[in-house]
Amino acid sequence: MSGKTLYRKVWDAHVVGRLPTGQTQVLIGLHLIHEVTSPQAFDMLREQGLKVAFPERTVATVDHIVPTKNQGRPFEDDQAEAMMSALEKNAREFGIRLFGVGDARQGIVHVIGPETGLTQPGMTVACGDSHTSTHGAFGCLAWGIGTSQIKDVLATQSLAMSELRVRRINVNGALGRHITAKDVILAIIRKLGVKGGIGHAYEYGGSAIDRMSMEERMSICNMSIEGGARIGYVNPDETTFAYIRGREFSPKDGAFDRAVAYWKSTASDSNAAYDDVVDLDAASIQPMITWGITPGQAVGIKEHLPRPEDLSSDDRAGAELAYRHMGLEPGRRAEGIPIDVAFIGSCTNSRISDLRAAAAAVKGKKVAPGVRALVVPGSNSVKRQAEAEGLDRIFREAGFEWRAAGCSMCLAMNPDKLKGREVCASSSNRNFIGRQGSPTGRTILMSPVMVVAAAVNGKLTDVREFVEASP
Amino acid sequence: MTAGSAAPRPSASGGPASLTPADPMRLSEISGTAIPVEGNDIDTDRIIPARYLKEITFTNMGEYAFYDERFEESGAPKTHSFNDPRYAGASILIVNKNFGCGSSREHAPQAILRSGIRAIVGESFAEIFAGNCTVLGIPTVVLSAEEIGTLMSAVKQNPKLRIRVSLAEKTLTCDGRTLALQVPDTVWKALTEGTWDSTRLMLANLDKVRKTAAKLPYLSGFAGAA
Repeated sequence: MSGKTLYRKVWDAHVVGRLPTGQTQVLIGLHLIHEVTSPQAFDMLREQGLKVAFPERTVATVDHIVPTKNQGRPFEDDQAEAMMSALEKNAREFGIRLFGVGDARQGIVHVIGPETGLTQPGMTVACGDSHTSTHGAFGCLAWGIGTSQIKDVLATQSLAMSELRVRRINVNGALGRHITAKDVILAIIRKLGVKGGIGHAYEYGGSAIDRMSMEERMSICNMSIEGGARIGYVNPDETTFAYIRGREFSPKDGAFDRAVAYWKSTASDSNAAYDDVVDLDAASIQPMITWGITPGQAVGIKEHLPRPEDLSSDDRAGAELAYRHMGLEPGRRAEGIPIDVAFIGSCTNSRISDLRAAAAAVKGKKVAPGVRALVVPGSNSVKRQAEAEGLDRIFREAGFEWRAAGCSMCLAMNPDKLKGREVCASSSNRNFIGRQGSPTGRTILMSPVMVVAAAVNGKLTDVREFVEASP
Repeated sequence: MTAGSAAPRPSASGGPASLTPADPMRLSEISGTAIPVEGNDIDTDRIIPARYLKEITFTNMGEYAFYDERFEESGAPKTHSFNDPRYAGASILIVNKNFGCGSSREHAPQAILRSGIRAIVGESFAEIFAGNCTVLGIPTVVLSAEEIGTLMSAVKQNPKLRIRVSLAEKTLTCDGRTLALQVPDTVWKALTEGTWDSTRLMLANLDKVRKTAAKLPYLSGFAGAA
């Protein structure tokens, strides 16, 4: 008889019951909220006279709309101020813990959940943001939800859901030099497609994933949703436990040992059965860049952009639209595409290890003339740590702006935006049309070190040669 | 913010459609004219640009549907079915593959709902988007690529064509032809049995929620043996 996956075990432990719709009511252990998708949910609660069932299991922070330059209140943008005030009012009125602007723990919700120790293995996590899949790096089930579902979680601490199939994705072998978790997930999405994960949970494993740090695993799980998989996870191991130990909300003393025993019991059994298994050779993965308007439209930096006529009929129309938007010539080399803006940040790549790698790559170099470059740490804690290590100075000396924590230019719901047809080398997760704040703006996704190489040369550059050519 | 300049989509001559169907819970059929929005992978940023997410109510979302696809930065209208008066008053949206991919923002189905759309027919839908539609009582139903192509052409040729989406029968009828719809069972049950208000359903089980929580060691701080 085959064993169980983590997905199966954690799901089963949280089942409340079967609903008349055929869906399952699943208890949510940790609910994270932010200012953009929650105010309407609280409004609906008030309209319907409902309470928050477990206020201690919801934690709020502010990230999408916070300015990263001047965080003084009131915010310059009236709508941003209205959202922030609504969150403060809702947190106060319903008794919810809030890490607001100025709080040492404020930051991008998918950065602060893990770094405060709120995110733990074996949990169910929900948040009104599709990149909630990030938390799966800890071996929990973490779903991005909509506003009506936020209302559900607030009112009932549960969600009505259907089960997913589980696809195991093995990344085996050793990654090449300067190949990052971002390159791995872009390669996975390229292989399986942006729709490939619909109806699936992705379980990432294999020797390359086993060797990754928690922050690298978070970058991988973060973009599961870009591959269509609503959740992605990595089984918890010693790397996971070591990361969690000693954080503000992690179990203390004897409770920690009991927690580890429980967490281990939630990992997939070695003989677990999967709906399907996909294998990737880590050594074959190159530094990746996107050339289009979906994260699946990606190639290695040494490749040429695909010609629409070489693509399947399914992909061709999308590619033609992508080329029209991007203004890139099919068949051209990926290397050498000029850029105007360089952005390091977002819930995908704004953690301390991302900033350390980027700073090491840029140290002693200068951003190319005419390129606007910014680094936005994912949280106040990341910012403090980076400043303590002098990374801010390295970035500033190279010509990068050093900002306060927030989502920033990943989705431009704040003053950080592309202008006109600017091309942005971005460490974020989405290259959708208009995503970075200009309807005609263009986004090229890549790892933080690839952003550095592009920023310094003013064009897409193979980071391996960039670093190795340095004195 | 350019929100104030958003031109509302031309509405039906009979006045704005009501957001609440006569029986608010049980949906059996949606009839009306249709509007095509062509293209695969139309993401939620295209359905509702992120800058409109800053509003703390959904009230104005209908005006912003497909905004950047419909208007130049200058505010000049582009060619888009949502700007085309021939489709005014349409209640059935016809789309291609992976419609609604991208973020989990519920502003996207809210924008569509508040544009007067009551059902979406497509080749496939992104999962979070489809779930967000269901809880608002908007069916997302599936036809084959060929059937969608035929339907879109027919509607483009004759925007006044009446279309009937029967959830009860899982069929779409148009121009005397009846097509079988694919509707996931859970969505079908929720809409036809009037159980799509998940909050109400789950609130009835709050005691069971507490019992489930009591069995989870992390919700009691890993006190005692795991």
